[in-house]
Amino acid sequence: MGAIFRREIGAFFTSSIAYIFLAVFWIFTGYFFYAGCLMSATTDMSVMFQSLFLICIFLIPILTMRLFSEEKKQKTEQGLLTAPVSLGEIVFGKYFAALTLYTIALAMPFLYALILSSFGNVEWGMLFANFLALFLLGAAFIAIGLLVSALTENQIAAAVVSFVVLMVFYMIDVINSYISNEIVTKVLDVLSFYRKYFAITCGLFNISTVVFYLSVAVVFNYFTIRVFERRRWS
Amino acid sequence: MIEVRNLTKHYGDKHAVNGISFTVDDGEILGFLGPNGAGKSTTMNMLTGYISSTSGQALINGVDILEDPIKAKSFIGYLPELPPLYVDMTVKGYLDYIYDLKKCKLPRKAHLTEVMELTMIADVQNRLIKNLSKGYKQRVGLAQALIGNPPVLILDEPTVGLDPKQILEIRTLIKKLGKNHTVILSSHILSEIQAVCDRIIIINHGVVAAHDTTDNLERNHSTDHRLIARIAGPREDIVKALRNITGIKYCRADMEREPGVYEYELEATPGTDIRYELFEIVAKNNWPMLALRSAELTLEEVFLKITMGSNVDAPVVETEKAKKNEKAEAKEEEKGEDA
Repeated sequence: MGAIFRREIGAFFTSSIAYIFLAVFWIFTGYFFYAGCLMSATTDMSVMFQSLFLICIFLIPILTMRLFSEEKKQKTEQGLLTAPVSLGEIVFGKYFAALTLYTIALAMPFLYALILSSFGNVEWGMLFANFLALFLLGAAFIAIGLLVSALTENQIAAAVVSFVVLMVFYMIDVINSYISNEIVTKVLDVLSFYRKYFAITCGLFNISTVVFYLSVAVVFNYFTIRVFERRRWS
Repeated sequence: MIEVRNLTKHYGDKHAVNGISFTVDDGEILGFLGPNGAGKSTTMNMLTGYISSTSGQALINGVDILEDPIKAKSFIGYLPELPPLYVDMTVKGYLDYIYDLKKCKLPRKAHLTEVMELTMIADVQNRLIKNLSKGYKQRVGLAQALIGNPPVLILDEPTVGLDPKQILEIRTLIKKLGKNHTVILSSHILSEIQAVCDRIIIINHGVVAAHDTTDNLERNHSTDHRLIARIAGPREDIVKALRNITGIKYCRADMEREPGVYEYELEATPGTDIRYELFEIVAKNNWPMLALRSAELTLEEVFLKITMGSNVDAPVVETEKAKKNEKAEAKEEEKGEDA
């Protein structure tokens, strides 16, 4: 797993995806920080965190699009799948590489929090809950993007499809408001990504939210492993 | 060592590989020969665990590739048809990555240097793979297979894209490696397989059409009795005269190579040497003979011969289907001869 992880981190930076991802992510965090905290003269960063949900939907597909589709296209996948490593190592090696880059991106808003703390009182408990939520959100989204990337050999297709899938997850609440069937509404309510995230940014930390996002990450990574297993047997 | 028993791969109704069995011992080089789409790469992909087999077994050093894939794969160095190279890495960086990927335990620096020197890529080690020529890329692919010094090497057309000097060097290297490795090598080029391999398997339509040692194949399909002569003179008369040579089976004027000079394809019954008589005829008629060479054995010819089964003493035909194919093709051949 270590070898794949290191290679992917290297590839992020040689393919310039890392720079684009970090730059765009930081531009938006910068703007939201300016608009949400500095302009309103508050140490409450929840506006920034709420806005970053949508930014993740746009940016995470860019992070994950290349991971498996390019392997397939360049036929390097054959080298990976005939190496003495398990499918789990391959999938998680790539997954954690993307997650690491995402975590690096989160360092910037953390820096803003430190800046704020020198001017006023920062509610650290709430802030850490927000960071945890944003991190887990990314962890779930990256797993989804990774699965889509494993299903195609076209980077752009992977990015667009991941974006649409994430958008659908985001819109679950909107879709839900049109449905009158009580059972369906309840199920969709449980699956809502944004409602759970929003609750945390408002200061309502709930351990079930953590379990939900972690479960999504695990389930989608498991699906990715299954995709490769099935392809081998087909 | 590699043991393959009744390996089969079906894609829906299509039988890509149908019941192939063979063994390769330690220190042996086995050649895989066959036309495109015959099932060579599919067989290799099954041996290396890239795809699963529909039925049958492949044992690498006694380990079933489907039962304990990670252990079995650790015995194999594989060079696929297209080397799996990350083009945005340097040669050294890439080999370093492969070293980690294979969880290699040999001393890193010494081993990588050794592999790069063996495959003659040490001079490009700091260059990006995407900037290398096809020949260098192929050799980086070979280097990747050699990392970790695996006891089994599976090489799918290892000399594609190399220049003649490099081909010779790589062949020498494979031969050297063959002394203490188990090697399977596929190729379209018969001369290459002849130069390197101890045994040859010819695959057609997913079945083993022939399985023999290189020596036997050479003996059985030796081309001494097939000649190509370039003779200046009237074409019709020459063909007529040549057809009178004792023991000649077949004579045909081929292309016009020089103005008024044709090449003639001659085939005598095996074991007869028609060169003396040929010389006498052209000398008597005062037709200058500009060139004489024995017809090269092309893959297709050996392949056709073996699948048609006319000249082979004992081809190892592995399955019922192959026998049926053989009969059908033999019939067609008879029909062709009648016509």
